[in-house]
Order: sequence, then structure tokens, then C-alpha cells
Amino acid sequence: MTASRESILSTLRKHSVPETELPDLQLPELTQQWITYPDPSQQFSDMLASIKGLCLQVKDIEEVNQRLAELPVYQESNNICSLIPDCGQPTVNVNQITDPHDLENIDFAILPGEFCVAENGATWITNDGGPLRTLYFLSQHVALVVPASEVVPHMHAAYQRLSFENPSFGTFMAGPSKTADIEQSLVIGAHGARSLTVFLVEESF
Amino acid sequence: MPSHPKLAAEFIKDKDRAHWHDQSLWFVRSKRDKAVQQLPEWELLREQASKIKSYVVSHLPDLLEEFEKNAKAKGVHVHWARDAKEHNEIVHGILERHQVKRVVKSKSMLTEECHLNPYLERYGIEIVDTDLGEWIVQLQDKPPSHIVMPAIHIKKEEIGELFHEKLGTEKGATDPQYLTESARQRLRQKFIEADAGITGVNFAIAETGGFVVCTNEGNADLGTSLNKLHIACMGIEKLIPRANDLGVFLRLLARSATGQPITTYSSHFHGPAPEGELHIVLLDNGRSEIAGSDEFRRSLNCIRCGACMNTCPVYRRSGGYSYSNTVPGPIGSILGPAHDTKANASLPFACSLCGSCTDVCPVKIDLHHQLLTWRKQIRLKGLLPLSKRLSMKMLSWMMQAPRLYQFVGKTARRIVPYLPRFLVYNRFNAWGKQRELPDMPKQSFREWMKQNHDRK
Amino acid sequence: MAPKVGLFIPCYIDQLYPQVGIATLKILEHFGCDVEYPESQTCCGQPMANTGCTNEVGPLAKRFLEIFKSYDAVVCPSGSCVSMVKNHYDEYFTDNPEYEALKGKTFEFCEYLTTVLGVDKLAGRFPHKVGLHQSCHGLRELRLASDSEIVGPPFGTARALLESIDGVELTTLQRPDECCGFGGTFAVAEEAVSCMMGEDRVHDHEQAGTEVLTALDMSCLMHLSGIICRQQKPIRVMHIAEIFAECL
Repeated sequence: MTASRESILSTLRKHSVPETELPDLQLPELTQQWITYPDPSQQFSDMLASIKGLCLQVKDIEEVNQRLAELPVYQESNNICSLIPDCGQPTVNVNQITDPHDLENIDFAILPGEFCVAENGATWITNDGGPLRTLYFLSQHVALVVPASEVVPHMHAAYQRLSFENPSFGTFMAGPSKTADIEQSLVIGAHGARSLTVFLVEESF
Repeated sequence: MPSHPKLAAEFIKDKDRAHWHDQSLWFVRSKRDKAVQQLPEWELLREQASKIKSYVVSHLPDLLEEFEKNAKAKGVHVHWARDAKEHNEIVHGILERHQVKRVVKSKSMLTEECHLNPYLERYGIEIVDTDLGEWIVQLQDKPPSHIVMPAIHIKKEEIGELFHEKLGTEKGATDPQYLTESARQRLRQKFIEADAGITGVNFAIAETGGFVVCTNEGNADLGTSLNKLHIACMGIEKLIPRANDLGVFLRLLARSATGQPITTYSSHFHGPAPEGELHIVLLDNGRSEIAGSDEFRRSLNCIRCGACMNTCPVYRRSGGYSYSNTVPGPIGSILGPAHDTKANASLPFACSLCGSCTDVCPVKIDLHHQLLTWRKQIRLKGLLPLSKRLSMKMLSWMMQAPRLYQFVGKTARRIVPYLPRFLVYNRFNAWGKQRELPDMPKQSFREWMKQNHDRK
Repeated sequence: MAPKVGLFIPCYIDQLYPQVGIATLKILEHFGCDVEYPESQTCCGQPMANTGCTNEVGPLAKRFLEIFKSYDAVVCPSGSCVSMVKNHYDEYFTDNPEYEALKGKTFEFCEYLTTVLGVDKLAGRFPHKVGLHQSCHGLRELRLASDSEIVGPPFGTARALLESIDGVELTTLQRPDECCGFGGTFAVAEEAVSCMMGEDRVHDHEQAGTEVLTALDMSCLMHLSGIICRQQKPIRVMHIAEIFAECL
């Protein structure tokens, strides 16, 4: 294997490739051109709706609970778990779970999100990559709870706040899972969540 | 393999189906247009992406070493494979050490390039392609016809029949919702039962040692979060230097590919899961040679979005299979000949040089110019059919002698109008199969000038 | 003194569509150009270049430079031939100031009218539904109009000139700039795809109500009119120069 490494690197190094410059993405003449929105939260909400997700802007966790109770998919869910304190009416305690397979039957998961991106309706979630990370994908329905102040306009702003110094897992979740592989007909609920609801919560929780 | 024109002609025999295929892909192109029009800074983004990728290719060995160092520091195992065979051996080796019997794989054109599936299956390992489109073609035992929409060429009736045969779904079912739900249930079991997950890599970040996998279905995440072993396979050109560069690429990728602002999941893997193992296999397979080519180096910018295929009027009307190459369409017609010029000699000619591909490419590869350059290479390698070489030589010779050129033109104009139709329109006249020849005027322009225009 | 214009007439226009050359000459002279047609010209070499036979092109490129280098401007009623001279002759001339100068003074016909002669309105009347086919070389190689792929403000010399003619109604296509499928030797080497592409363009024009199909390039029109004639469609095909000349 080391021989392959050396072979590949030396093949690359034997070529003389013209020098090029790496663009500075922080230059004002660039950053000034990136799109901005007068109301980023509204833009986020509109974009999320266009990708078949739902954004609900609420005051506090109590209101989250109220709005959850109104969601038909929540009402129909039997196995509910929550990683947000005092949020939802969980019927399953997942805190002790070490094998992600044990999460197979979760119908509805209430999970934390870090921040939202207005331009595309995506929410950044991150964790240490442990067994509970599966909840974001394996649960039939997912609700993300995000502080309302944490909405950025675009992806450049998103990466300004992200650092990857330590081992981690993170993903931008933009709406429920989907596919159009059958004759370009959009079907919601491919392998991941069948629905995604993002709560933007004003008060700290 | 039969040449592109032969396979394309076969494809077009079913005109209705060819139209359907053309319209399906045009629809995706239009979605792309709508999405990019929302961003006034779109062309600026393309310019940055192109520059970043140029930098990557000109600093590839250093960036690869940086990536390896940072990945290892996070506990990732990094492997290097010179070619497809070595790649498959490495992947198999890892799976064998973990006694893996069942693998789930998310979309990876690279593993398609290496023919990984049949390789592993020979060792009794079950490997399931979990992207719905890829699973459909896997069930058919066929390759994907498009790098992003593998089953774009298949009608829902055919999928209904396939599922009925392989999964026991209702006979005659065509509702995409029903068919997708059936796939969801079946593949969910596969995710649950798998011992290992294999993914591709959309972008690997040299600065952090991590990588990003983009899907709409969530299959890469289910495949890698439910078990402890994740193997990620990537071409060495898939690097980007800094995490911030993802801001540019993630804004370009999904809009170019399908007209979405972003894929449903853009997962960033930095290090293995706690108690898990993460392996990255870096594949060369000819890329290091392309990096050395002044003419074709820019093709390594490719982020495999498929926009060039969607916009290509030839691809839309001939289908991915007519290219007989893992990657079809414009980019495939550049990469294919790089890999095997003789086998893929017809591909650079499967192009009307319209340039649409170049204008949609998010990383500004000058695709149609590279296709033209390939035509030159093909002639230089002596792979151009004799008839083409000779006719071009004769044409050039004639054009260097104005009197000869005029004589030939005049003779044709004199004779052709008097020839019986069957002599003009027959199997030797490819032009005349579906088109009339132009009317032969009595006078050429220069004859008219001589006669009517005083000045010489 | 009026600039001396060298009229560059593509080989297939010379032999098969002389009326396009005649129309071009007429318009240029109408706008006061001193036009000369150097008789020794033949072909820019594009068919050979597009087949990869670049060593057959060199002699033709050198001939072209010799013939046209001393004119103040070189004007041609073909986007693809102009693109050949401006964009694809570099490999035959290294450090050649004469060629660099030629590049700067070679123009497609509508481009010359608008950018050099400053023509923005054409007199006369042409009361027809006109379908403008956007020939690919003029569009994406010479950037004579905005294409549907690139994000930016719309513009187009040919469209503007046509719209300035009284009575012209430009039709709206479903795919405003899809390739016609001519592509040079492609038309014959990939005959099936080429003709399906051409058919689809014709069909688009039919549904748009086009009465007169026009373009900057006679090669596209040769292919499309070949299909129109075979299928006996009632669409008249005219090079844009012919439309302008008919209005005079």
C-alpha cells in the first residue's frame, strides 16, 4: 500500500503543472456579492416549505409542545423520543441506548438543530457520531428545535461558524427525505424521514 | 462495443421513447435554470469553483498528503489504490478482516468505475445499492445510465413489473409513491441487517481530513450510522483545500444537478463514530496522468453533477448506454478516451459542438473544446477511420486550389439536378436519408460577382 | 474614406446559397461599406478541424491570413466560420501580429452592422412571424447573444435588428437555443441523432407559429430546410441577410 502511495504521489509530482492561485473567499468584493434577505427567517421558512418541510416560528418550548400536539403525524405516532428537555411527550427513553438498531421503531424524534440557512432551507445538526445520530435518519418523522436567532443567510455564512478541529459528525438537513428516481415523480419519504418540521424558538431553552 | 452512432440509431428507432427520454432530461435542465436564476451571483460562484479546482489539480500531491495527515489525526484509515483492481482488493480486504457478509452502498460512480459489486459478490459478499435508482438498475443487472439519475431511462411501468418480479409487489402497479414505499420497506431491512456501509465522496477537505456525502434519500446516512464500519471511496481529484470552499461547492452542486438549492442531506464525516472504524480509499486509476495533461487537466475539476448530460442534446436523444462508458455524456466522452482511446474513439464525435455543456458546468470545464481536442488526439493516434482521413485530405487539397474547388462545385451544380432521384438518394447518401439536398443554384456567388459586380 | 471590407463568403454559401452572399453584399454597400470580394478565398478549414484533421487546416489558415490581412475589416455571414478564424486558428500562428490583428477585425455580419456600423434600426417592412434559430457558434463561441445557460442580462444583435423591422413578430420557442443538430460532419456521422435534433427544432418552430425560419448560419438552415423540404412543411427558410435585403 505504501508503494501505491509513493507511486501515485511521484506520478503527480513528475508533471509540471502551471501554478494557480487559490481564491480568497473572504475578500469584500466577493462577500458583498452573496445574496442576502430582508427577513432571513421568512426566507428559510419559505425555502423549507418549497422542499416539503415545515417551519414553525414559536415563542418557547411550551409553544413547541402545543404545535407538536396539533401535527397529525405526531398525533399518529406511538414511539416518540426527545433529546430536548421538556419537549414533546416522549414515550421512549433513548438516553441509555448504545445500539442504533434499538431505534428502529421510533416514529417521531424531537432533536436539536444548531442553526438554519435561509438560502436553501437547510438546518445544521451535529454530534459526536454516536448511536443517537441515527435518529435523524431512521425515525419516520423528525422535528428539529433551533434557536430563532440562529439563522444565517447563505452557505458561506454557515461555514464561517463551523469548525472541524475535532472528530464529529454533522449534516445539513434540508426537508424530508425524497427521491424522483421513478420517472422524475417526486416522492417524499425515500429512506430517511417522511416529514421534517423545524421549530425556530425565540426564547432560550 | 458498438460505436455511439450505432447505439444511438438503435435508441432512436423507438422515436416516442426517445422523445420521452429527451423531455425527461430537458425537464431536469429547466429545473436547473430556474434554480440558478435565483442567484444573481451564480457566474461568480462558478468562477470561484473553477479557480479552486484549478488550484487543487496544480497542488494535488501536497493536498493529498495534507488530507491524509489530518484524516489520520482524527482516527481515519487512509488507503491508496493505483487502479481499479487494487481498489477492489483493498475494500475486500477491509471487509474480510471484519468478516462482513452484507454491505449497503450509497451512490458511488467510482465503485461503478471499478466494478466493485461483481468483485465482492465473487467472494460471497452481498452488496446492495441503496440509492433507489441504482437499486432499480441493480435488480435489472444493468449499469446506471446517468450519474445522478441512474434509472432515468426506465418507465414506471417497467419498474412496476420489475418490482413485481423481484419484490412481489402488485402486478401492474405504476404509482411512484407505492413503488417507492415498497423499496423503502425492503431497503430498510437491508440497512438494519448490514454489517458495513460503503459510500462515495462528494468532497474531501484537505484542511480538516473530513469529507462530505450528499444524498436526497438519506441512504448514505442510514448505511453508515447503523453499523460500525464505513468505507468511503474517492477519486484523488475530489479534494478541496478548505472547509470554507464547501460554501461555494454546496451552493453549486445540487442546483446544477437537479435544480434543488441543496440535497436533503449533506453529511460531513470527520473521524469514525465512537467505537466505529472509518476507512477512506483514494483511487488514482489514470487521474494522475490526466493531471499532467495540459489539454485535459481541467476535466479533473468535475464534481459529477451531471448537468452536462442533462443539457446535451445528443445525450438526451441517445441515452447513457449508447456511450458504453461508466460515465456517459460530455464529461464521459472526455474521461472515456483518456482511459481507453481505441474503445471510446467514437465518443468525442458524439457531439455537435454546441457548447451548452460548457456553459452549465459549475466548475467551468471547457467540455466542448476538450472534445474537439480529443478528436485531434484520435487522429494523431491513427484511430480515425480511413474514409474520414482521406475525405478530409481531399477536401483540404481541393480548398488549397481555388480553380479546382470552383470546378468541382460547378460540376456538382450542373450534374446533380439532372440525376434521377434514386441515384442521389440512396444508402450511400447519409445526408439524404431524412433530408433533402439543397437546390443546386445555376451560379455560384463568385460567378455572380464576376458577371454582375463591376469591382473585382 | 470608407473602411475597406473584405467579404468572406463561406464555401457552401458560395456554391449552394449565393443569394445569401448577394444579400450580405447588398446590405453592406447600402450602409456605405467599400466591399471587396477576394476571389482566391475558398474555405476556412472548419470541417477538417472538427474532424481532428488539424494538419489539413494549417495551409488553409495561412491562405486565409494572406488573402484577408490587408483589409480594414473582414465580414462574414456565418458565426461558425468567424469563430473558426477568431478562436481556432491560434495553433497555426505563433507570435504572429498579423493574425492577432486579423482576429480583432473579423466580424460576423450582424455583429459588424451593430457594433461597427452602429446600425440599430432597419428600414422596410417584413410582416411575418419570424423564428430565430440561435446558431451555436455565434451564440456560445462569439457571444453575439445571451444564452439560456448563463445567468446574466439578456442581449442579442440579431434579435434586436429583426425586432427593429416593421411587421416582424418574433415567435416564442419552447427551447430558445437548443442546437439544430447540424454540427458539421456530425450531420452525417451521427445521422439519426442529427435528424432527430433537427426535427425537434422544426417542430418547436411549428408550434410557435413560425412562418419564416432564420439564423446567422446557413449551415444550420441547410440542415433544417433539408428536413422541412423532406417533410413538406410550409416554413420558409431565409438567412438573416436575406431578410434584411428583402426589406431594403
